[in-house]
Amino acid sequence: MHGDGYDVVVIGAGLVGGAVAYGLARAGQRVAVLDEEDATYRASRGNFGLVWVQGKGVGRPEYALWSRASSERWFELSEALTENGGLAPNYTRPGGVIAALSEEELSALDSMLAGLKRAVGNAGYEYEILDAARVRELLPACGPEVVGGAYSPYDGHANPLKLMRGLHASLAGLGADYLAGARVDAIRPLDGGGFDLRTERGTITGGKVVIAAGHGSKALGAMVGLDVPVHPEHGQIVVTERTAPWLGHPTLGIRQTDEGSMLFGASHEDRGFDTSVLARTSRDIAHRAVRVFPGLASLRVVRTWGALRVMTPDGFPIYAQSRAHPGAFVFTCHSGVTLAANHALEASRWVIDGEIPEGMACFAPDRFDVPQAA
Amino acid sequence: MFRRLPDPTGTIAFDFEGTTFEACEGDSVAAALLANGVLGFRTTPASGAPRGPWCLIGNCHECLVEIDGEPNRQACMVEARAGMQVRRQHGARVIPR
Ligand SMILES: Cc1cc2nc3c(=O)[nH]c(=O)nc-3n(C[C@H](O)[C@H](O)[C@H](O)COP(=O)(O)OP(=O)(O)OC[C@H]3O[C@@H](n4cnc5c(N)ncnc54)[C@H](O)[C@@H]3O)c2cc1C
Repeated sequence: MHGDGYDVVVIGAGLVGGAVAYGLARAGQRVAVLDEEDATYRASRGNFGLVWVQGKGVGRPEYALWSRASSERWFELSEALTENGGLAPNYTRPGGVIAALSEEELSALDSMLAGLKRAVGNAGYEYEILDAARVRELLPACGPEVVGGAYSPYDGHANPLKLMRGLHASLAGLGADYLAGARVDAIRPLDGGGFDLRTERGTITGGKVVIAAGHGSKALGAMVGLDVPVHPEHGQIVVTERTAPWLGHPTLGIRQTDEGSMLFGASHEDRGFDTSVLARTSRDIAHRAVRVFPGLASLRVVRTWGALRVMTPDGFPIYAQSRAHPGAFVFTCHSGVTLAANHALEASRWVIDGEIPEGMACFAPDRFDVPQAA
Repeated sequence: MFRRLPDPTGTIAFDFEGTTFEACEGDSVAAALLANGVLGFRTTPASGAPRGPWCLIGNCHECLVEIDGEPNRQACMVEARAGMQVRRQHGARVIPR
């Protein structure tokens, strides 16, 4: 451990904290990453592994462009993670499909993507609405109920557990300190800058602090004058036995992993902090998957789990630096796999620069302060 | 390598890749194959290396075999039955079209 304190202490070693810390360590900063014990809420261990762009950013085109930039930067991240003793998260970007099971679903996709294309204007937004024949060219396994779909070249996927492992191994390789069992229960801004963090493993001092603690961020933010209104959203995933390569494109809710398993997912339920698995949710998830790809019915399910997304009221990320205590940042989002490359390669620089760029101001939490009309 | 404890139960016969094997009633397919000296149950999709049972309690998926034409069955979780047709699982299973 560094006796004279760290340049930056990152609170939370999930995908968001891990990615930011990795970017900082790569840039030569002395970094500590503080984490809780194994058993906690940790979305980074329970997610679906999509690097997804299609459809994101309705009402906030900056988010559409931010997500797309990350899917591009992911190639660099994936490559970089194999250095410093890390390992490849096996990112591929074959383009993603959303399958439509009715004409209503298809026209909703059409108007959503047309709206996004309009909203981003000159930045451009490629997609293709697929008719029944074209969707079968891309995904021959589609069943008779699939009437069409939408394709985006920006969508890909990765192995999210290898991403976690790759970030942690790279952090170690770069000399960053990872402290598990170091739950932060107080942040004390120091006179003249810097922060003392009180943890179960003693007090840790950093010049700057990045709060990337998932569901812990709300309480931690309040300690440095940052409003972080996050809430849990339950998502459940069903995994089958492994098979030979069968799906050439990830789809929203059904994908084949680099190791051959089929993943079905994308439930969205409000269940507070309950992470349990409900059989009826698994049934609904599997039911839709089999309507899209009937061949999946022959596969055995080997695992299911539930995990909690870290959601904001409008679903967009929160990136902010405390006005009251400059040097204290909060980063949180519900698509930490997709945005991992941005967090590692871009957002980490904001911390070093001590400034979040003007173009990112729309992600500050003061957007939630707007009073409700009477 | 594996020897049976003295066991009062009856025996059954099943087919393993064209050879008739004997098993005790109540054996799992994995136990029956091991008792008959089979160690490699499957080959991996990644490298083709042979694999055999490891946990024997349904977790590790190393003991996959084809049983009566159905691929990727966990041999440790299926009871051996008279007349069963068992084959090694070579590589990844395919999904029937
Ligand atoms: C079912 C499901 C499917 C998903 N699918 C996708 C997908 O396909 N693509 C995608 O991009 N995203 C997906 N996500 C979202 C993605 O998993 C999350 O955005 C990401 O994991 C969030 O990472 P995080 O680091 O913010 O939070 P977490 O993983 O929750 O990590 C927070 C960390 O902070 C630590 N911590 C908390 N409080 C403290 C404290 N006081 N002191 C010290 N440490 C603390 C915790 O121990 C934890 O390790 C999915 C999520 C779920 C639940």
